[in-house]
Formats: sequence, structure tokens, C-alpha cells
Amino acid sequence: MILVFAERSDEELFRQALAFARSLGDDDVLAVGIDDPAGYSPDAWGTALAGVTGDRRASVVVGPGTERGNEVLAHVAAMLDLPMAANCTSATSGDPLTLTRIRWGGSLLEEAQLHGSPALLTVAPHAVAADPAAESDVVELLSVAPDGGVRVSERVETTTAGVSLADADVVVSGGRGVGSAEGFAVIEELAALLGAAVGCSRAVTSAGWRPHTDQVGQTGTKISPSLYIACGISGATQHMAGCKGAKKLMAINPDNEASIFASADYAVIGDLHEVVPAISAEIRKTRGGE
Amino acid sequence: MNVLVSVKRVPLTGGKIVLTDDERAISTRHLGFTVSPHEECGVEEAVRLIEQHGGSSTVLTLGPPEAEEQLRDMMALGIDRAVHLVTDASNEWDPQATANAIVEAIRAEPDPYDLLLFGNESADAGNYQVAIRVAHKLGLPVVTGVKAITVESDQSVRLEQEVPGGRDVYVVPMPAVATVKEGLNLPRYPSVPGRLRAKRKPVASSTPARPQPQLEMVRLVLPPGAGKETEVLGNGADAAPAVVKVLDELGLL
Repeated sequence: MILVFAERSDEELFRQALAFARSLGDDDVLAVGIDDPAGYSPDAWGTALAGVTGDRRASVVVGPGTERGNEVLAHVAAMLDLPMAANCTSATSGDPLTLTRIRWGGSLLEEAQLHGSPALLTVAPHAVAADPAAESDVVELLSVAPDGGVRVSERVETTTAGVSLADADVVVSGGRGVGSAEGFAVIEELAALLGAAVGCSRAVTSAGWRPHTDQVGQTGTKISPSLYIACGISGATQHMAGCKGAKKLMAINPDNEASIFASADYAVIGDLHEVVPAISAEIRKTRGGE
Repeated sequence: MNVLVSVKRVPLTGGKIVLTDDERAISTRHLGFTVSPHEECGVEEAVRLIEQHGGSSTVLTLGPPEAEEQLRDMMALGIDRAVHLVTDASNEWDPQATANAIVEAIRAEPDPYDLLLFGNESADAGNYQVAIRVAHKLGLPVVTGVKAITVESDQSVRLEQEVPGGRDVYVVPMPAVATVKEGLNLPRYPSVPGRLRAKRKPVASSTPARPQPQLEMVRLVLPPGAGKETEVLGNGADAAPAVVKVLDELGLL
């Protein structure tokens, strides 16, 4: 049988994990969630999941490639001393199990063999279509000891002003080409006109021009706007791993050989310090003329 | 206090990944090397904790002989000493083997560590598990995805995670394991005196035997390109009207 860890912080990703499990050729698929009135504890949840894995003699355990999905499965792997593959895009049952998984935030794929049973896998976000099953029909809840494990002792609420980068419909980002913290004024102006969030590349946060909360990339925020406008960004894999979810990409760069143009729907060859203010002025002119 | 931070040597991939002929590695003929971004913040945090509380910081890596370059780089930033588990560059170590070798190295160290820092995931393989495995083997608490660390006077450590809408705070007794994320701090740049000092700092090397991998890489594959057709809207400021036309077509005006 195949167990699916119903980590439901993101319902869509849980359903994708369920669909992935159903693709492995065993009709006996059970989704188990954790009923923990005390909140979240990765090791207590891992203990519960490791227990049911043994009780049900599962051959494969699948979790979503969320932060908690990867974390709890890693605890199960450590407890059972079994291999685990994170962020798989496909797998085929067998001995050994063969799989494909992402590396470098999706810029590279790895084909691998996983030896040992049960096989522990998490599913890369948006690699497979979600299963349509209703949650209440498929999830069996496990209870855990409320006093076990490392637990959250306090929740600090923070309020954020403006459009959140992760949820923004339009994002305007600046890279090394912006040149300074002050240089972001033109990026902010265009973003304000479009109701967009401001983002940046890792070069910018490393230079201290913008806070890390603005960083789009493999180790920053992953975004999926309708339109992403990348200004003075060369297109390193680190950055592209964070913006590949954008539906449309417009790149503004003076170097027509910049690798970002290979992923762009729209290209403007030029210095952002000339191009971006001209776009803002043109938007004002268009709106003023209505 | 004694702080350990583990790092992994990875190539600076730039804009386009090219594979070696055997498709088992990234071709690095034209690339430099660094450590995973999360780990840079782990190193900075280790240096700050020792500056604040006193004690000693150690950087550990499992990697080829060339990874000594990264150990020296980290010591140039203020880390006191290094542990190098030297591997054969032609064969990857899977997460289980990596964790077991790190545990053996930690057990062999003369002094125990109060805090063991790791990156939340490596930049290249990204399997999200080495630190958790190390914590289980050593019987220590582990908190992942940490963006703030405060060592309290009672030998506990306050570890904060960013979650939607706020921060989750964990307070655990030391010794403890934490995986950190970029954004924890803004890493410093190395100074020239720091680089000179790093050349003389001690590196303890050993050569662990590589066990048979349980998660075994067969080959690497470049994902299919997006195959996008790029529409060039123009050059310089003259492109503005064409850009605004696109924004209008997308319904964004």
C-alpha cells in the first residue's frame, strides 16, 4: 500500500501528492493527516507517520514538497534510517524505485534510484496535476502525543504593508543594473503606477540595497504573477528558479546576450535608467489622455 | 560557546547550466565555486555569536580536496578553524552517508558543540534532510528554516521561523541543531587581514570511506526549455509606447 502524508498547509500541493501516489500503480492508497490540538511538531508528527508506515506495511510514503512535507518526511527517514528523495517530479515502482527529482530549484533534473523500503518521497510543487478527490473522503486522521517533540512556543504576528511579493499579480524587479539603493526610485515609481510589488535579485540584497524580503529567487521568494518585469537582471539560475511561475516575463537589459532574454516573452534592449522612466511617463500620458 | 556550521562547495552556475559529457555533473570548466546561500548566513551567524558570547567557531565540509578553498573563505570571514571530510570528487555522497560522516566527525571532536548550524537545503541537490538526520543520530532537538537566533542566559536558544502572517518561535535547550535560511543576516565581505589570517588557521582533515549510496544519482538532465518566442519591443526609451501597448493588451492599465 501507499501512504500519503496529508500535510494540508497548501491543499493544492497535497492533492498533487495524492495524484502522484495514485500514479505509482498500487490502488491501495491511504492519505493520513495529523490531528494535533497542540499545533505543529515536526518530530512528533514524524513519529506518528513512522508508526503508521510500519503498522500498514506501506511500500511507499509520499508527501507534498512543502516546507512541512519535506521536514516531516526527513524526520521519518531519520527515525527509520531510510533514504528519502525530496521534490520528485515522477517515479516508477520497482526494486530499486526509479525517480526524477529537481535540483537547483528546478534549473536541473536528476534521474536517480532509491534503494530500500518503504520508499520515502516528496513531490515537487506543480509537477503533476492535482487529484480531484474530496479531502474528507480520503484523509484518515492520526492523533499524536501533545507533549512530545519540539514545539512552537510563541507566534509573533507581523503586519505587512502594501502588496505581498508572493501574491502580487504584477512584480517589477531590479537587479545589479540598478546600481544603488537610491536607483530603485524608478522601479518603485513604475510599480506604484501598476499596483505592483517591488522585487530584486540576490545581487541586490547581497549589496544591502534592498531587504531580503524583496528577493525573488531560489533562496528568496518564489513568485507567480501575471506579468514579471525584470530590470537590469542578467537571469542567473538562482533568480530564474524564483520567477519561473510568472505567466509573462518582460526583460529590460542593455546586454542583448543576457541569459534572461532566453526566458522572456518581451524584450527591451536598453539601460533601465532610461527605459523605466520612459515607460512610467508613457503610462501617465496614456491615462491622462483618457 | 562552541558553534559548528556545515557548508557545501557548489558551483556558481550563472545563467546557463552545461553538463559534463557523462551527464553526472555540471561542467565547471568556466565556473567559480561558492557555498550554498543559506550557509553563507549560517557562517555569518556563527561568527556573530562568538563575537557576542565568546568561544570558538568551526566550519565543516564534506567535499573534494578543492573544498579547502571554501573552508579558507569561511575562515577569512572570522571562523576559527575547519574540519574537512575529504571525498573523491567523482562520486556524490547521498544525504544519509553525508549525515553519518558528519556525525562521526562530530563525535571525534575534542570539545562538544552547543549549536550546530546547517543550511535549510543545499543549493544543488536540495534534499532537505542532512541536519535532521544528524540531530536524530546525536539525540538533539532540531528546528528548520530559522531566520533569527538568540542565545539565552539559561543555555537555551530562541529560534524564529518565518511563516505566513508572522513568526513561529521555538525555544530549545542547547546543544541544538538549527537549519538557517538566507535573510537571517547580511553576510559581511572578507577583509584582507581576514584572508591572511585564514591561511594560518587549522584545518583538520580526514578521509571517510564512501558507503554504497541508497539514493543514487544515475544522471542529470537539463529541463526542456520554455521554447518561448521573444518579442523585441525596441531599444532604449523609444520602446516605451510598445511596452505600454503590451501592458494595455494584458489588461494592466
